[in-house]
Amino acid sequence: MIEAHGLTKRYGATVAVDNLSFEVKPGKVTGFLGPNGAGKSTTMRMILGLDTPTAGSVTIDGTRYRDLHRPLTKVGALLDAKWVHPNRSARAHLAWMAASNKLPKSSVDRVLEIVGLTEVAGKRAGTYSLGMSQRLGIAGALLGDPEVLLFDEPVNGLDPEGIVWIRTFMHRLAAEGRTVLVSSHLLSEMALTAEDLVVIGRGRLISQSTTQEFVDRASGTTVKVRTPQLDQLASVLHQQQLVTRIEDAEGEGKVLFVEGDLTTDQIGEAAAAHGIVLHELTMQRGSLEQAFMQMTGDSVQYHAHDEIAAVTHLDVPSNTEVAAGPKEDN
Amino acid sequence: MSASTATAPAARNSSSYGGLAVINVERIKLFTTRSPWWCMVVAAVLTIGLSALATGFLNSEEEKQATIFITQGGAQFSQMVMMVMAALAVTTEYRFGTIRTSFQAVPQRAQMLLGKTVVVGLLAALVGLIAAFGAWFIGTLFAGSADLAIDTEAEWRLLAGRAIIFFLSAVIAVAVGILIRQSAGAIAILILWPLLVENLFNLIPKVGDDMARWSPFQNGGSFLNQGNDGGFAGPVGDASNYAMGPWWALLYFAAWAAGLMAIALFSASKRDA
Ligand SMILES: Nc1ncnc2c1ncn2[C@@H]1O[C@H](COP(=O)(O)OP(=O)(O)O)[C@@H](O)[C@H]1O
Ligand SMILES: [Mg+2]
Repeated sequence: MIEAHGLTKRYGATVAVDNLSFEVKPGKVTGFLGPNGAGKSTTMRMILGLDTPTAGSVTIDGTRYRDLHRPLTKVGALLDAKWVHPNRSARAHLAWMAASNKLPKSSVDRVLEIVGLTEVAGKRAGTYSLGMSQRLGIAGALLGDPEVLLFDEPVNGLDPEGIVWIRTFMHRLAAEGRTVLVSSHLLSEMALTAEDLVVIGRGRLISQSTTQEFVDRASGTTVKVRTPQLDQLASVLHQQQLVTRIEDAEGEGKVLFVEGDLTTDQIGEAAAAHGIVLHELTMQRGSLEQAFMQMTGDSVQYHAHDEIAAVTHLDVPSNTEVAAGPKEDN
Repeated sequence: MSASTATAPAARNSSSYGGLAVINVERIKLFTTRSPWWCMVVAAVLTIGLSALATGFLNSEEEKQATIFITQGGAQFSQMVMMVMAALAVTTEYRFGTIRTSFQAVPQRAQMLLGKTVVVGLLAALVGLIAAFGAWFIGTLFAGSADLAIDTEAEWRLLAGRAIIFFLSAVIAVAVGILIRQSAGAIAILILWPLLVENLFNLIPKVGDDMARWSPFQNGGSFLNQGNDGGFAGPVGDASNYAMGPWWALLYFAAWAAGLMAIALFSASKRDA
């Protein structure tokens, strides 16, 4: 289990990771999702004790990485497949890693076999294709037979065959009871790979939930309503068993969001029946990727204006887990 | 965990890795790429080859005056080569990102870097020893009429002491590599400092001479050279060139190496990898 508490990392003026808290549980693949520059790699470097957090902490089963002894037997990681000496053979690369944690020589052969590099293990790593380098990186991660595995964008640049191989591999590792954290900037990829999702944007937590919940939430329809008689309309809609949410939208004042499968007709008619004036009635429906872009894009805006009130409808305040359904009046 | 990735048996034997593990690691790292081999061969051949050149073409008058000191002219260049190798052992890890894998495998960074220092330092010492005695041996072959017997304390110091100076120079090179993290910059410093900067001190009026006398590599040289006979090349400096006696000079040089290494280890442990 990986636990992050208020994890923060600043590089000069750049806030790469901002008060991030999340949990990664064993036995399933957890996706770490966010656009490029969201702070995924930085977070992973902090998990591995490579970068020191400016504030907060992250532990593996309650221990900070830097306090682990023979850490490769506890945590395996592939952050960058290019982190090998190009003139050293794959076998030699794994041999020094094994020696560092007093792992037997046989562990090198074992992981080479698992990733299918046995035949080419004597070749210089610099001659490897990206797919092969990626496999070598995974072999290094598996060397100490660790319970916890981290992979940073493992499918980047891979051909479809390689992507399927990695995806299947992640599932197998999780099925063996390991804790697997995989980062990606592609929601479509994560929807296929991960059971749980930790979503970040601009270093902040956007949501932590199951992938199913996130996908439902991200791709569900929402109707946006602006009306001077907000509370009145909300109570009318509640009587019709509709779920609503009121939020402050920037420059628009309070806005009512109605969630679930419904039509604008239904709301328009309900308003008319009670003599409620409507200023705006819009259906909001997007593709999965669009919704994701919007969510993470919102968090960019959120930072730019530094206005907590500006959280738009799909954005969720940090440090709160997204509940199974949409929130009611808040 | 399932059978597919069965647990590693030896993993349970010890709960912490001692000094030997990191030394083993660095030994594997160093000898599984080719450039360290080249550096070592070049370094040894340089001193020995220059000794052959220095002693092989002497007229009979000069040959009689040849001394052990005359055979050692190339050692400074060999030392440069070994320092470059030592610095590269660190900077290539930064260049290729393997330093992160190293720190991931051994989060006790100082321990890992000290392992590297010991391995690189001992190799440099070995090369220094081979170079010094090899060059002396070539001298005895090419300048047979000269008295090249090793019979004074200063002569033993000049030959065997080379190993210590190579070791300490490698320590300094590893420290600079850790601090600079970049090959070209580290190598430039390591070559310009002993060859140029320490000699340019002499040009500074008043304090320049003192600065030169108290600079680290001058004292490394002073440890080796004091009391030796330059033969036909003239005297090997006089007392005014040296700030202190040979063994104090060695201690002084060692203190520089230890100080730089301490700063480097502290810095590497604190900063982001
Ligand atoms: N070592 C560093 N120095 C300065 N800025 C950095 C450093 N590492 C990352 N950043 C910045 O932190 C932010 C997050 O980067 P990163 O963690 O690489 O994001 P991701 O992996 O999600 O694409 C980016 O704005 C990036 O430019
Ligand atoms: Mg990244």
